[in-house]
Amino acid sequence: MAGAHYLNADYFYYASYIILQYIVLATAWNILGGYCGYVNFGSAAFFAIGAYATVFMSKTLPLPLPLLILIGGAASGIAGLAMGYLALRLRGSFFAIATLALAVVLQTFVVNWDYVGGSRGAYVIRPDNLEVAGFQINYIEYLFGIMMGLGLVSVIAARAIERSRFGYGLATIRDDELAAEACGVPTLRLKLIATTISGAFMGMAGAPFPLYIGYLQPSSAFGLEYALNSIAMPMVGGTTSWAGPLVGALLLGSAQQYVTVTISSAANLLISGIMLIAFVIIAPRGLVGIAEALFRRRDRS
Amino acid sequence: MTAPLLHVNGVTKRFGGFTALDRVELAITPGERLGLIGPNGSGKSTLVNCICGTLRNDGGNVRFAGETLDGLAAHERTRRGLARSFQLPRPFHSMSLAENVRIPLLYAVPSREAKPLERDELQARCIEVLNMVGLAHKSRRMTRDLTQVEMRKLELARAIAAEPKLLIADEAMAGLSHSEVDEILSLLFKLNEQGITIILIEHIMSAVMRFSTRLAVLVSGKKIADGKSDEVVREPEVVQAYLGQ
Amino acid sequence: MDITYDLLINAIVGGLLLGGFYAAVTAGVSISFGMLDIVNIAHPAFIILGSYIAFFVSSSIGIDPIIASIVMLPVFYVLGLLIYQIYYLSFERRGQESLRGLAFFFGLLFITEVALILSFGVDYRYVEAAYIGPSFHLGVVEVPLRMLVPCLVALGVFAAIELFISRTFTGRAILAVSQDPLALKLLAIDPIRIKRIAFGISIATAAIAGALLIIIQPVEPSVDREYVGRVFAICVLGGLGSMAGTLIAAMLLGVAESLTSTLYGPSWSPAVSFGFLLITLAVRPAGLLGR
Repeated sequence: MAGAHYLNADYFYYASYIILQYIVLATAWNILGGYCGYVNFGSAAFFAIGAYATVFMSKTLPLPLPLLILIGGAASGIAGLAMGYLALRLRGSFFAIATLALAVVLQTFVVNWDYVGGSRGAYVIRPDNLEVAGFQINYIEYLFGIMMGLGLVSVIAARAIERSRFGYGLATIRDDELAAEACGVPTLRLKLIATTISGAFMGMAGAPFPLYIGYLQPSSAFGLEYALNSIAMPMVGGTTSWAGPLVGALLLGSAQQYVTVTISSAANLLISGIMLIAFVIIAPRGLVGIAEALFRRRDRS
Repeated sequence: MTAPLLHVNGVTKRFGGFTALDRVELAITPGERLGLIGPNGSGKSTLVNCICGTLRNDGGNVRFAGETLDGLAAHERTRRGLARSFQLPRPFHSMSLAENVRIPLLYAVPSREAKPLERDELQARCIEVLNMVGLAHKSRRMTRDLTQVEMRKLELARAIAAEPKLLIADEAMAGLSHSEVDEILSLLFKLNEQGITIILIEHIMSAVMRFSTRLAVLVSGKKIADGKSDEVVREPEVVQAYLGQ
Repeated sequence: MDITYDLLINAIVGGLLLGGFYAAVTAGVSISFGMLDIVNIAHPAFIILGSYIAFFVSSSIGIDPIIASIVMLPVFYVLGLLIYQIYYLSFERRGQESLRGLAFFFGLLFITEVALILSFGVDYRYVEAAYIGPSFHLGVVEVPLRMLVPCLVALGVFAAIELFISRTFTGRAILAVSQDPLALKLLAIDPIRIKRIAFGISIATAAIAGALLIIIQPVEPSVDREYVGRVFAICVLGGLGSMAGTLIAAMLLGVAESLTSTLYGPSWSPAVSFGFLLITLAVRPAGLLGR
């Protein structure tokens, strides 16, 4: 059976890495999108900034992966802040278009930047093994562990934000920005913080990517599947809580891995698109919202 | 004569070719109860929006507590003690009533930032404010479960929670029954006794007359009268433009 | 590289021809975004769909792609009606945040693109027609017919829409609904029906725009993404809802892209439209001739 061939340990780590990466991306997107109500179509750009920061550093000054992640996160965070300054004064729909515009402009710059490979792409050497605390581990296992850690951090951060004063402020912006201002909420400042945090996490998710894949091209780093999935996964899972993007990423991510292997990689985008539309129309509160409603009904009876 | 708490100084606002406010001049002393009346479309809400920073005025300026408000965002004006309720209620629909009222407590009161309230104190204060408008029993309900009238009360509650020096109540009583109007009025009187200056924008003349020490009349963006309530209502222009049909 | 007068003037003429085509491409979004306030980010995908249908019909039956697209107009119109109805029932009526509407169209963009990939693959497709290939010369300027014909057709479509909106009852109702839906209700006209018709027309334009596109350049499914930027850039730059503004903005963008491509190489072109958009949004969101 074709499936059995893939059920070896290495494949598990490769596939899980991608799913964990999407947990981070979906959670990060949701901080600005679900909590605050501002749709970012340019997630790919932030992901790519993280990835290309790593490529840049690998050609300039080799550094260990955790540092690369911090650098990628910082670069993307700054990019998020910049995007916020440029775009956040715009109405919601204009903001979304502006984010797409920024992503394409950035991609055009990278395509024309020969130092990081331009349109031809860049190779990033990845060691086979790594020594950690006296143990020799497989590099792919290391990447898996790192991404698992990032996933955990992002989800914990999202949960903390959701329950904080900051999180309440974001929710008021989503519900009624004018009323929020009248209630004393500094909307622009909060939005800028949200875009920075969101961008930073996306960059951190992107930083290990060149090491994972070995050869980075703009078309893969800026792939629109990142934009699509970072929206589809929270929408499917539920946008109002930290659990939504997690559930969405696990479900859609796994489904996509399965489809890529059994049908084709183009088909997995079709699934995301269909799921996105279906949930947006039928179940706007996502799976988590449905679960919450069921529990509430059980409580009352 | 005490310095005015709020000084609207020749404020003008245009929308394209249409002048919504034409050099409006208004001074409000601390502790006053001002009634602002005028026909629909006369610019009352536009004036409120310009005072509170939701809209930027094209001419003139607004001073509050001796400080000019020019260039200040709406949230900063609220934090300086200027609160308003919206004519068409704008609740935060993803939150319960208590959470709605909690927002100004978290954000609009600067003194709280230095010494933030504990969870229980916060909750207690929310219930206290909701109690003032008679909504404490629905504190955990979502805003979509409210009637129109209750939403107006919530609007007022949110403005009160901001602990303002000046409260602008924009048609908070529309659609209320007699007893509900009385309820709101006695609440506003109580707030005024506690030192809050109040601008009441209303069409219900009986309420306005009972409440206001002073009356200002706005017609087509211009202030046509300003003085003691019983005198203003007898002025011929006012009668013709607004009161008489 | 030698920048000669010849090169520049050809770039400008080429840009103007391109601009005419861009105007037709944007006309649909001018209606849906400019007048109905619907951010149909999937519009370029429908254009590509139109291209593929034109390709398919033209290569199997052998008729001219533009004729093929005119035959397809009613189909695209109905598609537009359908999509609007779903959009209206799911979002506008419920008063949902615009977040979901955007997500809906984004999903639609993807589904359309991926469906095309699965059906036709990622190879470039092109059509054959009598006017693809030859060009005529006006002094130093070379005017390729494959650019001129689409430009002329595009301007024709554009003029037709403008006349429809200003002269017919339905057209004026569409203009009215964008400015004052309440007034329409008072005249006993159902604003929803008018909006649905407008959206239908918007998608119908994609059919023709698609045929024109595949005449100008070979097409593959991901070409839609470049056009997302162009279309909204032109719309915003030209001022939402202003047809004249859209035309001027389209010409400007066409010339800017053409010059950039000539002077710096084609790999910078995508940045031009998106760059335009960002600058316009930052400086003058009302556009050139906005209301």
